[in-house]
Parts: sequence; structure tokens; C-alpha cells
Amino acid sequence: MAYHLFVPPNAWNWLPLLLLLVVVVFRFPGAACDLNVSSNSTSHSEPKAHFAAAAAAAAVATTASSEQDERLPVFSLDYDYVQIPYEVTLWILLASLAKIGFHLYHKLPGLMPESCLLIIVGALVGGIIFGTDHKSPPVMDSSIYFLYLLPPIVLEGGYFMPTRPFFENIGSILWWSGMGALLNAFGIGLSLYLICQVKAFGLSDVNLLQNLLFGSMISAVDPVAAVLAVFEEAHVNEQLYMMIFGEALLNDGISVVLYNILIAFTKMHKFEDIEPVDILAGFARFIVVGVGGVFFGIIFGFISAFITRFTQNISAIEPLIVFMFSYLSYLAAETLYLSGILAITACAVTMKKYVEENVSQTSYTTIKYFMKMLSSVSETLIFIFMGVSTVGKDHEWNWAFVCFTLIFCQIWRAISVFALFYVSNQFRTFPFTVKDQCIIFYSGLRGAGSFSLAFLLPLSLFPRKKMFVTATLVIIYFTVFIQGMTIGPLVRYLDVKKTNKKESINEELHTRLMDHLKAGIEDVCGQWSHYQVRDKFKKFDHKYLRKILIRENQPKSSIVSLYKKLEMKQAIEMVETGILSTTAFMIPLQAQRIQGTKRLSPEDVESMRDILTHNMYQVRQRTLSYNKYNLRTETSEKQAKEILIRRQHTFRESLRKGNSLPWGKPSGIKNIRYLSFPYSNPHSANRETGTGVFTDDDSSDAIFFPVTFKPHGRTGSLQERRQQPEMIPMERLRRGGRSLNLGGQRSAARGDQMSRVRPPLIPKPQFHAVDEEYESGEEEEEETRVVGPRWTAEPRNGKEYHKSHSPLLPRK
Amino acid sequence: MGSSQSTSEEVRELVGKTGFSSDQIEQLHRRFKQLSGNQLTIRNLRKAPTGLADEINFEDFLTIMSYFRPIETNMDEEQLEHCRKEKLRFLFHMYDSDSDGRITLEEYRNVVEELLSGNPHIEKESARSIADGAMMEAASVCVGQMQPDQVYEGITFDDFLKIWQGIDIETKMHVRFLNMETIALCH
Repeated sequence: MAYHLFVPPNAWNWLPLLLLLVVVVFRFPGAACDLNVSSNSTSHSEPKAHFAAAAAAAAVATTASSEQDERLPVFSLDYDYVQIPYEVTLWILLASLAKIGFHLYHKLPGLMPESCLLIIVGALVGGIIFGTDHKSPPVMDSSIYFLYLLPPIVLEGGYFMPTRPFFENIGSILWWSGMGALLNAFGIGLSLYLICQVKAFGLSDVNLLQNLLFGSMISAVDPVAAVLAVFEEAHVNEQLYMMIFGEALLNDGISVVLYNILIAFTKMHKFEDIEPVDILAGFARFIVVGVGGVFFGIIFGFISAFITRFTQNISAIEPLIVFMFSYLSYLAAETLYLSGILAITACAVTMKKYVEENVSQTSYTTIKYFMKMLSSVSETLIFIFMGVSTVGKDHEWNWAFVCFTLIFCQIWRAISVFALFYVSNQFRTFPFTVKDQCIIFYSGLRGAGSFSLAFLLPLSLFPRKKMFVTATLVIIYFTVFIQGMTIGPLVRYLDVKKTNKKESINEELHTRLMDHLKAGIEDVCGQWSHYQVRDKFKKFDHKYLRKILIRENQPKSSIVSLYKKLEMKQAIEMVETGILSTTAFMIPLQAQRIQGTKRLSPEDVESMRDILTHNMYQVRQRTLSYNKYNLRTETSEKQAKEILIRRQHTFRESLRKGNSLPWGKPSGIKNIRYLSFPYSNPHSANRETGTGVFTDDDSSDAIFFPVTFKPHGRTGSLQERRQQPEMIPMERLRRGGRSLNLGGQRSAARGDQMSRVRPPLIPKPQFHAVDEEYESGEEEEEETRVVGPRWTAEPRNGKEYHKSHSPLLPRK
Repeated sequence: MGSSQSTSEEVRELVGKTGFSSDQIEQLHRRFKQLSGNQLTIRNLRKAPTGLADEINFEDFLTIMSYFRPIETNMDEEQLEHCRKEKLRFLFHMYDSDSDGRITLEEYRNVVEELLSGNPHIEKESARSIADGAMMEAASVCVGQMQPDQVYEGITFDDFLKIWQGIDIETKMHVRFLNMETIALCH
């Protein structure tokens, strides 16, 4: 399969890319290329001449020399002015085009992660720049990286974090990322130091501190881009996913903290001056920095949540508030030398919960997409720059250092994984199997983080910086390409335990019950575990925090939200595919095609819309998965329209079913029920006469009966298709010797017998049969049992309601 | 369990029945005494006469708790399956309030209503429809395509098992009994 890699996927996709490259290349004439580099006229005249000679019609070859006569130039070129933004924009565009091409060719995304692609593009650009002897724009220096490029990436990571699994596993995650980072950093650093002592490799000038620093840099894993996408696709179990995700999230922060501490150490005199006190101070600082950062983040999160409470009239600034406050938390933390990364993460996590409820729907979408966009841009730039630096003269290749680094990285990661998880498995009740641990070990990809830290090493302190950079690059390439591409097959091969997270109401209900149950049992036992903590937090949250921070404090139930969400999804699906889907709420129809348009009279439409807008409240989709490059499609767009169409469908359904089960509760009605109509249903005004008869012991159910019969009043307006189903049951009923009256007569005929009707639970079997009728008309003759009137005159009791469904059941 | 009785025998008996270790039983006994105010039984403190028992003694207490024991890592497949079944059976009984072996719609509705009862804004209607929806879902999982005259009476235990098939009950339904004072932050 490997050979497919470099086959250009599709000529037409690469064509714009090539065009762009050509344009880029030909834009290099003229003036000084880099602000930092002192312009050297000789080196510039060469490219000038080169390109002037090869100039296409597009390129305008002007010379800045004074030989030009002093007339007003009609057409001139000033590349200097726009160089930096121009090239940066071109890079980003290039990467985007590459991504498009990448996804258009179906096989590629399965083969290699996107970050591979970015690196390749970067290498290409680097090659071009190197080939044309052009100096790349100063995108990468310390302040730009830490101030502009890093925050969006971290913010996005924190914002889209699935909070519940994260906090359930937080002990393990903290233990693993914290101790893992430390173990890796010191392990690699020390081992490399030992290697450096060996005279043969020519590395003796690299002292311990430098090695330790290198170790801390190289241990920063960045598995997000590659691994999580693979995991999502393979649906691995949630625990594993969370571990890797959590590690990615916290790892950046921890490495940067370590890095800064060690740099401070390096600046502080020589190695011999460092006393144990300093080391202890280093540890203390580590903790202070971490905790302080988180604290800052939380404070800023609360402030911004509070502010969004008041923004309902100026919803355009809501995204602004979110972004500015997160960024501010980062900057504020950095001012005090606390960990800005952890601050921004904590801010995002805190903020998300409350902001989501306060902001308008469009702001919410904006925030999500803008965040993704920013982080995508940052990452792209970093990777491209990485590619650019690869191709160049700035390298120092030292076989021993590079190879041993590679070896030690793997060894130490293995050690840390197996050792740390062995310990934490003692405390977990969901122990990680060896398979899981292997996956975690293998997913230690290095990425942009390590590279940035390497690139930003101060040359004064690190005379052998180039070697470090080279080694870092090699590690990154190795892990991203080789490990990144093989981890998918590995996951499949090892058959890692998959998650069974189907979104179903039952699951949600059971999980909730289990939560309560467990909290209760633990309370009884006198034990305190994270369920209790979570419970207490939720109470506190409801009592105080939500009142302060949320605009209209509607207590949200996850069960109800999930429910609504599933309904909505169903509705959208229906509309989009035109095929009635086979979800649990729908009858398992066999490819019913809805042909033609559905026309309802305008006042019906109006009334439906009214009901819906008043009764249906919006459900925010919780982003349940993490995919850096895609967001799950919003299903709450065009909500009203979908609901409308859905109502049409349910009317259609109820029409079909309703004919065969006039007193039953067809699923159509059920569906309408799901829209949680209040008691004052305007539809009751349209009730057919006598529907009051269809009352139940549950008075609430009575509301929904009228809905069944409403369509009958509008039979005429329906398409033939709809009428056709009506005909069939009627026919059959006639055949069956029953008189099933549509319309108002039904109620009268059945009035006396209908006094006790219990909403049937499973209309499904009947519907299924009814559908079959539609599919093949021939079967109608055989199906005599289905469409008989089902009612029961028996007194209802809790257990026997179902008997009402038995078609021709003798009264038992 | 007064001190006059031979506690070691009792303890051994209980160890056999419930699978707890004797340390754990001691600890739970202490807790039981705390809850019951040194009586022999814990009284049902609810005002309404719901629930199956008015009092439970220590043995019942232990039996219930034994359902929440964490799954040992060295269990084999069969034991694991058995454990899981036991836990799920316990859960099933929580739903099935009249213990007839089936979770009917009414019972399910009760459960949902209670779950949502903490939320004053959710109307009973929504709870009902959610319960209905859940039942239908369960039916579709358990029985699939049903015959036209087939009736879905309720979720039986087997159906219940089917619903729970993918979900990891073991991870959720456990309590670490021995370390009473530690706060377990791991899942």
C-alpha cells in the first residue's frame, strides 16, 4: 500500500496546487526579502536575473536599480510591503488546498494522518524556498509562537474536551501525564548525558542540563492530530481515548513548565552551582505554576460566563468575549510566570458549560468554528515551518545523538507507560489491559510542540542548538510518519476493546440511574468516591453557580436533551434522505419513498408552526467526539423547517396507522407527543367530535388522540400517495367485515366501547404488518388479521393493556 | 450480631455467601451499626410504605452491598459473566417494582419520572414520552421485527441483558469497599 502514497491522487486536484506554487515562485523578484537579513545586492540580483529570464507573462520584472529613468512608473511592484503577510497567507492557503486534495482522494486519510500531509507540504515549500534562495518570513520566533500560535491550539483542545469522562479519569490522567512527562524527560536526558560522556561520539560538550532540557522538550507528545482521529474511527473504548486526550492536553503545559524551569536553571550559573535547594525549589515551582495557572483559568472562565449572561441583545460580541477572556487568562497567567497553557485550558473548560447556555445559537456555532479555524491555522503554520526548516543548511547531523535519542525515546516511553499504569491499575476499577497500554505507548507521537521548543532554544546557551533541532526533527518525522501511519492497523490488529456508545435513551436512563444508585450506595457505605464528589458539585452548581452565571436558569436534564436531540436527528435524517430511517422511534419501514411534495393547507402550517415554536426548545448538541479537523454537523439548523416536515410525516404516519388503529396509539401520535405539547393544545380546537370519548385514565393522553384524527379532516388535501394507504385498510376492513369509519363517524361507532383505552405500548408490530401491505398489494388478501379494530372493553389494569393490540383476540 | 455470638462463624458464613473478605465485613458491620443506631435492623425510613421491606438486617445489607463489589481482575470468563448477570439482575429488580419478572411500561415510567423528578421544569408528559420512547427502543433491540400480533409486554430479564450488552456495567456498578476513607479519584 505504501507505494500508493506518492501517486498524485488526481491530477486535477493538484493542478491548482501546482499553479499556486508556480505563482509563488515567480513572485520572488526584486527587493530585499527579509527584514532581518541585511540585503545583499548580489544575492538578489541573481534571482532577479534568473526569474527575469524565465518570467512568464504574470511576472513583472522591475528593477530597483537607479538606472530606471525618473518618470512616473505606470506599473510598479513593491513586494517588500506585503511580503510577510503575503507569504504567510500563501502558506496557509497552500496547506488548505493540500488538505482539500488530501480528503478528496479517499484512500489517503485512512492511510496517514493529516499532520503527515502538513509536514510534506511544509517540506515542499521549504524546498522551494531553499531552492530559490529565499529567506522565509520570520514566522517563528519565541514571542510569536508563545503569544500567537500556541494559545489557539490549546484553547481548542480545552474547549472540545469531553468533560465527564475527563473528570472521571482525572486521577489517572494527572498521574500519567505528570509523572510520565517527568519520567520521560529525566530519563531521556540522563541517558543521553551518559551517551554524551562517551568520547567517541564527539558530544562531550553537551552538559547535563542541556541534555535534561532536550529530554523535556522531546518528551512532549502531541498525539492529537493523528491518533485521536484514528481512535474515533475505530471507536476505541472511552477510557483509552480519554487517557490519550488528557495526556495531550496536559502534556503541553507540563513540558513548557519544565522547559522554562530548566532554562532558568541553565541561565543560573553553571551546573555545579545548583544545589538541592534549587531542585526542591524547582519542584515547588512546578506545582505552583501548574496550580496557579489552573486557578487563573477558572477565575477568568467564571468572569466571562458571568458577562455572557448579559449579552442577549448584542449577541455579536459573544464570541468576542469568549475568545478575549480566554486569551486574557493566558496572558495574565504568563505575566506571573504561571502556566498560561493550563490557564487557558481551565478557562475553556469552565467557560464552556455556562457560556453554551447563555449565548445564542449562532454565536455558539461561531465560537466553535472560529476556534477550529484558529487552531487549524496555527497548527498549519507550525507544521509548515517545520517542513521549511527541514530543508536547509541549518543542520548538524550527528549519528550517535540522533539514533540514541530515537532509541531512548521509545524505551523510556515504554518504561513510563508500563510502570505508571501498573501502579495506577491498582487503584482503578477499570484497569488498562496490556493491549491498551501498548496502544498508549505506541501513540506517543511528537509534534509541533517539541519542534517549537527546540527551535526556540537560545543559541547563546546552547551552542549545539542545530544538533538538537535536527534530532528533534528526525524524531518528529519518524513518529509522525511511521507510527502515525501504522497505528490504525495496529489498533485493528490488537482488537482493542471498542466502545459501545450508541446514543440511545435506554443507555442514558440506565447510566443516570446507575449514577444515583451508586451515589446512594456509597453514601450508605460511608464511602466517598468521585460519584459523591460529582454529586456534591452538581448540587453546588445548581444552587449557586447556575443562578449567578446563567441567564435563564432552566435546569437542564441530560435525559431530556438527549431525547430531543435524537428526535431532531431523526427528523433531519428523514428530510435529508427522504427515506424513513429505522431508528427506535420509527417504525422499521422498508424503504418507503416519499414522493412528491407534501402540501398542507396554510393555516395548518401556521398552527403547527405556532405550536412548535412555543413548545419546542432548542437542544444544543454536545460535541461528543473530538476530531480536530471536523465538527460534527449541526443538526439543529433549520430546526423549525425540519420539525414542520416531521410533523407532516407524523401526520402521514398517523393517517396510515390511524386508519387501522383508530383507537390505538400509533407511533405517529407518539412522535408528536415527544414534542412535549403542553396541556393547552390548540389542536384540541380541531378535535373531531367524540374524541372526548377516547379518554383514558391518564387524562394527558387524551390530548393526543385528536391529533390522530386531524388528518382525516384534511384528507382531501393530501397527495394520492397518502390517500392510497388510506384506501387499503379501508378495503380490507370492509373485506374483513368490519366497518371502519374514517372521520367523525368512528368516534360514534366506537364510543361505547372505547371507554377504556390504554395507550398501547407497541404499535410497532402492527405497523410493520401494515407497511408490508403497502409494499406488495398481493399480500393484502392474506393479511386478515392485522387491521382489525383493536380495542378492548376490558377494564384496564396495568398489566393487560397490551392485550388491546391483539387483533382478533377473543376477550380474555 | 451481638458480641455474644460467635462472630467468626457468622463472619465465615457471610464470607461464603457474599464474597466479601472478613475485613470488609467488619467495616461494613461498623457502618451498619452506625446507620441502625446499634439496633439489629435498619428501618425503612420512608414515610410511604413503598419498598419491599420495612427493615433489613445485616445479612440483607451485606447481600445488597455484595452486588457492588468490584470485579476481580483474575476472574475467568464464566465468573465474569456470572458476576455481570448478578449485577444486572439487581438493577433489573430496581426497575421491576412488583417483581413479576417484567418491566412494564408503567414501571418504566415511574423510574423515568423519578429520575427527572429533581427537575421541576420537566413536565410529566415529557417523562412519559421519554419512557415510551425508551420502551420502544428496547423493543426494537430485543425483539427486532415483531410479528403483527405480537405484543410487547415488558422488558424481561433477558431483554434487559441484551440492552445492556455493550455497556460496561462492571465499571459503573462497583464500590471499593475496603478503603472507606480514601477518596478514589480514578474511575
